[in-house]
Amino acid sequence: MMTHNKPSSGAHVGANRSVRQIMWQVMLALSPATVFGLWCFGWPAVFLFSVTLTSAVLFEAFCIRLKGKAVKPVLLDGSALLTGWLLAMTLPPWAPWWLGVVGAGLAIVLGKQVYGGLGQNLFNPAMLARVALLISFPIEMTTWANVSPLFFADSPSFADSLGITFSGLQNLDAYTGATTLGYIKTEFSQHRLLPDILKDYSAVLNFIGWTRGSLGETSTLLLGLGGLWLIRQNIIQWQIPVSLLMTVALLSGVFHLLDSDHYVSPFLHLNSGAMMCVAFFIATDYVTSPNTATGQLVFGAGCGLLIFVIRTWGAYPEGAGFAVLLMNAATPLIDHYIRPRIYGRDRKGKPLEIPKP
Amino acid sequence: MTGLFSNWRIRGGVHAEERKTSTATQAIVTDFPLPKKLYIPLQQHVGKPAEPLIKVGEVVLKGQLLAHSQGMISAPVHASSSGVILDVNDYPAPHPSALPIRMIVLETDGKDEWLQTPDIGDPFQLPPEDISLRVGAAGIVGLGGATFPTAVKLNMGRENRIDTLIINGAECEPYLSCDDRLMQERADAIIDGVRLMLHGMETHSAVVAIEDNKPQAFAAMTAAALPYPSVKVVQIPTRYPMGWDRQLIRYVTGKEVPVGCRSSEIGVTIHNVGTAYAVHNAIRHGRPLVSRVVTVAGGAVQRPMNVEVPLGTLIADLFNFCYVSPEKTARIVMGGPMMGDSLPHISLPTVKATSGILALTQSELKDTDEQPCIRCASCVTVCPAGLRPLDMANNIRANQLDAAVDIGLKDCISCGCCSYICPSNIPLVHYFKYASGEVAARQQAQHKSEQTKRLMEARQARLDRIAQQQKEEEEARIAAKKERDRLKAEQEATV
Ligand code: SF4
Ligand code: SF4
Repeated sequence: MMTHNKPSSGAHVGANRSVRQIMWQVMLALSPATVFGLWCFGWPAVFLFSVTLTSAVLFEAFCIRLKGKAVKPVLLDGSALLTGWLLAMTLPPWAPWWLGVVGAGLAIVLGKQVYGGLGQNLFNPAMLARVALLISFPIEMTTWANVSPLFFADSPSFADSLGITFSGLQNLDAYTGATTLGYIKTEFSQHRLLPDILKDYSAVLNFIGWTRGSLGETSTLLLGLGGLWLIRQNIIQWQIPVSLLMTVALLSGVFHLLDSDHYVSPFLHLNSGAMMCVAFFIATDYVTSPNTATGQLVFGAGCGLLIFVIRTWGAYPEGAGFAVLLMNAATPLIDHYIRPRIYGRDRKGKPLEIPKP
Repeated sequence: MTGLFSNWRIRGGVHAEERKTSTATQAIVTDFPLPKKLYIPLQQHVGKPAEPLIKVGEVVLKGQLLAHSQGMISAPVHASSSGVILDVNDYPAPHPSALPIRMIVLETDGKDEWLQTPDIGDPFQLPPEDISLRVGAAGIVGLGGATFPTAVKLNMGRENRIDTLIINGAECEPYLSCDDRLMQERADAIIDGVRLMLHGMETHSAVVAIEDNKPQAFAAMTAAALPYPSVKVVQIPTRYPMGWDRQLIRYVTGKEVPVGCRSSEIGVTIHNVGTAYAVHNAIRHGRPLVSRVVTVAGGAVQRPMNVEVPLGTLIADLFNFCYVSPEKTARIVMGGPMMGDSLPHISLPTVKATSGILALTQSELKDTDEQPCIRCASCVTVCPAGLRPLDMANNIRANQLDAAVDIGLKDCISCGCCSYICPSNIPLVHYFKYASGEVAARQQAQHKSEQTKRLMEARQARLDRIAQQQKEEEEARIAAKKERDRLKAEQEATV
């Protein structure tokens, strides 16, 4: 329709931030938590991480080739890598390799490319894949490895780790357990009360991330810092994380005050790497969140509400993914109803009245 | 006025790299060698083109009227130097299309001799209408780039009982510093111009707003305005597009101009500092608008500067003077890099609207490799008009122009913030200008076909009426003939 090799209209100069730079900065913000997670969970985590990222990139390349477009420039934008990365962060660290491959396939092909590629998808690809995996492979997706850092004496050796990732060692029970939230859930069914259940809970270890959980989602501290850095860099806006976390804190606070035997304290809710990861990295995905500040506040609050509900009463204690997907589905609606006010017009789009002197 | 308090008054906008220092730190160059030929377009303003009064071969003096204004909204054109009229014909316009428009070609005689005008004494003794008459006769238009005839605005000001005159010294576009230099060097003249405008509009208070990245200009203007309590000089935050009149009005007065209204309807009028300077020249010295200060800058310019040139000077002459390297020039832009248009070549004249000519190198330009929109919403955040550029662009891509109009296409001011910020290098403004043009063309086509239909119907009606008339006449004739025959028969019978 138009050629713009030599655009006639402005802006002739531009902010120097490309899509690629944005993606890489997000990955940079993820890296401390990721490196920490990889170290905590040892070689199996490293393998799973590599497999997931590689397959995400290969699936992307495959789809682009099918469309008959040049592969390299698309891969260079880094979006497939980031999707794979986010997915890998949310997988149980000792999950078998095929979980990573299937997940990456779901995320890239079903989550993104069938919609038409970058920027077109309705749902967050990583979350879509994660939820699909959780429903299809509940056992693999909820087997959480103990913290067993690299180069520690009783961590699995390199060879054992290959076994864990690639041939699925049967006798995993000795090395695994439940996440804090999962543990609380099962203990509730044994009619135990919170103060009793949480006898061994260490806020400090959870804060640092020395706990069972997804590959890169254990450290509240590192994910929180990464998120704050992204806000500082102006890559994400504060609206979604703040309204999400505030909503969770508020709701859990009210319930905790009413019945502290059955409702977890806001502090425990927020002191979780998974919560930070969702608030700063997942819910803030550009493509699947609203594009006005007010819309983002609503979106964040919606996510927070659903996360609280699912965590508290739902069957999946780590079900933040569902919450995000539901709100993703609401995004077009939010964008339809919440629009910026145009200069010189009222909210409905009518010209303003001339003020009477 | 800092922090949260002032924030609600500024919406959107970007903080573009300024790149002004190369020109803002040097005095305006006034010894530009007079070009051999000047190409003076008859339309350098919004409204109807001026009508030429002179003939080819006529000898004119500097400041002599060449073409008079036509109709309500128009402005006259004067000779920018003394010499002989060579031609009145179509030449390429300083516009991205470089389509020919009517111009007067003046061969200068090198004497640069002014037309003598009578002294008018104290202009503040003149009736206010006289000020706008003289401003109109001097061909002054908005020099910030809008080129709306200033006299028309002064008249509207008088009719609407303006309470604040805002003088726009924001100069928020990167690279440009002509207003900055003008304020630093000719502050007294500008303040005098402001006071003359106040007199012409019968208004009693003026606010000169200057971005806070121009402390020297601010100091000079404050000093010049000190004796006059009616003129206040204020600093405003540096943020593009602070110089958008409606943004500035909201910032300074807290009032928002409703869509479809002129600012004078809410009691505010806004003029540029360059315009105030031109008013001073016209009223105090009887000199019409025949020259202006132009910023020549950009990476390909070896001697970047602000230079005062006669209107009609070819950009080629300007570039010669400033040592512009053609090899390094990747794009020539008239105006600022945010809102300016790129020009196809340099055999085009500078006009009243030319605040700057930029010769930009490849590395200064924004990348053009377009990627898919990632819905990052940056464009929504920066849009000062409160639009959603990504949705408008989507509609335009899908050729749903009406949908784009529905969500605000017509409220777009082409400020370029969205294109500037877009990480996917989507030429959003390009889309919007294309779509606006298309919508206008469609409306015109529809208007035309309606008009044709109306004409056709009128013609048919006329033909029918004529046929009807003829029929009636025929019938009348037949009746008359019958009557005659009857009378004849009766006569014959009686005879
Ligand atoms: S700035 Fe560009 S990429 Fe971002 S939402 Fe707007 S059009 Fe899309
Ligand atoms: S060019 Fe138009 S759409 Fe883009 S930021 Fe400016 S006013 Fe908004």
